[in-house]
Amino acid sequence: MILLGINSIINNIPFLLEGLGVTIALTVVSVTLATVFGILLAMGRCYTRQPLPFLIYIYEKVFRGLPLLIIFFLVYFGLSQQGIHIKAFYAAVTGLVLHSTAYQIQIFRSAILAIPEGQQTAAMSLGMSKPKTIFYIILPQVLRLSIPGWSNEFTILLKDTSIAFSIGVVELMARGDAINSMNPSGILHVLLFIALLYFILVFSINKGLNYLEKRYRLSGYEVTAVQ
Amino acid sequence: MHMLEVVDIYKSYGSCEVLKGLSFTVDKDETKVIIGTSGTGKSTLLKCINQLDPPDKGEVWLEGEDITNPSIDLNRIRQKIGFVFQDFNLFNHLTALQNVSIGLEKVKKIEKENAREKALEELRRVGLEKQSCQYPAQLSGGQKQRVGIARALAMDPAIILFDEPTSALDPELIGDVLDVMKNLAGKVAMLIVTHEMGFARNVADEIIFMEGGTIIESGPPEQMFNNPKKERTRQFLGRISTLYGKE
Repeated sequence: MILLGINSIINNIPFLLEGLGVTIALTVVSVTLATVFGILLAMGRCYTRQPLPFLIYIYEKVFRGLPLLIIFFLVYFGLSQQGIHIKAFYAAVTGLVLHSTAYQIQIFRSAILAIPEGQQTAAMSLGMSKPKTIFYIILPQVLRLSIPGWSNEFTILLKDTSIAFSIGVVELMARGDAINSMNPSGILHVLLFIALLYFILVFSINKGLNYLEKRYRLSGYEVTAVQ
Repeated sequence: MHMLEVVDIYKSYGSCEVLKGLSFTVDKDETKVIIGTSGTGKSTLLKCINQLDPPDKGEVWLEGEDITNPSIDLNRIRQKIGFVFQDFNLFNHLTALQNVSIGLEKVKKIEKENAREKALEELRRVGLEKQSCQYPAQLSGGQKQRVGIARALAMDPAIILFDEPTSALDPELIGDVLDVMKNLAGKVAMLIVTHEMGFARNVADEIIFMEGGTIIESGPPEQMFNNPKKERTRQFLGRISTLYGKE
């Protein structure tokens, strides 16, 4: 039994690693896009005139209120019924980005709000334009403050890619499922192995981002936040 | 032509009228000190001057230009008006040196090398060249404020506005900051809101006493302290001298 399971894993490692590659690709593409949109929309919510902030607010509420599975199905099957056919991988990216952006707006917005008003006033009094103020003064501080919340979202997104299995993206979960259907007796071990792979990924991302957080922490930054 | 001319400015927040028709001038390299009780619109006045919070009515002229004119490029004007804040407002993510040089690099577009060199020179002027690599959170309050002054100076402004620069500091640190300001007197025009009466008396070319959004009286320190014309000025300064002792 155990041997069968382990055999099942060993024989299929390249097959599983290909799936892992897709999982990583899905994660990297989605997290990058969602971060860019998250920052832009958070700034849109904080710095632009109505109605844009209200529209962003509505977007945020809607996509934080929907299960990811529904979003995937809507993007993939729903659009397909309307004649818009998107490849499963891109449908998954779209779904993940729509979902994660909504969360990331909150992360970046809370960091923007945590920057003392005086930072902007001081920049303006030097004659800095608003875009320059945002780019050189606000954004560098916002990014540092966002790392803990953002790394959380990053790992959630990584794990959420497994749901892309449901619309037929051949990522890690799907590969595991394929192995299991050919050899059902190894199911427990294969699943445990997949779980281990996810865990290692999440763990190393967290470690990496922890390092980044420490590296870019401004000594005594906490102190100025209290100031 | 005056360096700075404030003409009859008014400012209200909602139904609360804070500034009620103020006028005065500051000339080249002149030091003027504004005194008065809290809540009389002193800080509002400074923000009206550099247009961080433009006045509702009235004009502000800087070097012969009406800077309250809506078509004016405020980012160009603000480079000429240094501002030193009560709570420092140093950029938290930048070192002391970068705090001073960022305006030169990003606003004046001076090459990085030259900007840093100039910034270091300004830090030396306020006695902080050794702290150039430290972040604001690693500096004492007095050091922070001196970086704030260096940051304003680096832009070569026509005038520097000081908004209660020492009121967040303990007595020992106040001295460091006031010394720096004293050294600047006569080299750059300064308009200073402060409660430091000793400093006002020693350094100011003119003292402006403000209350309730208007100027009650202004004049040279000797006249204001020894021989004020208005009863209210006498009361205010009299109370201050009993609090802090005569100099």
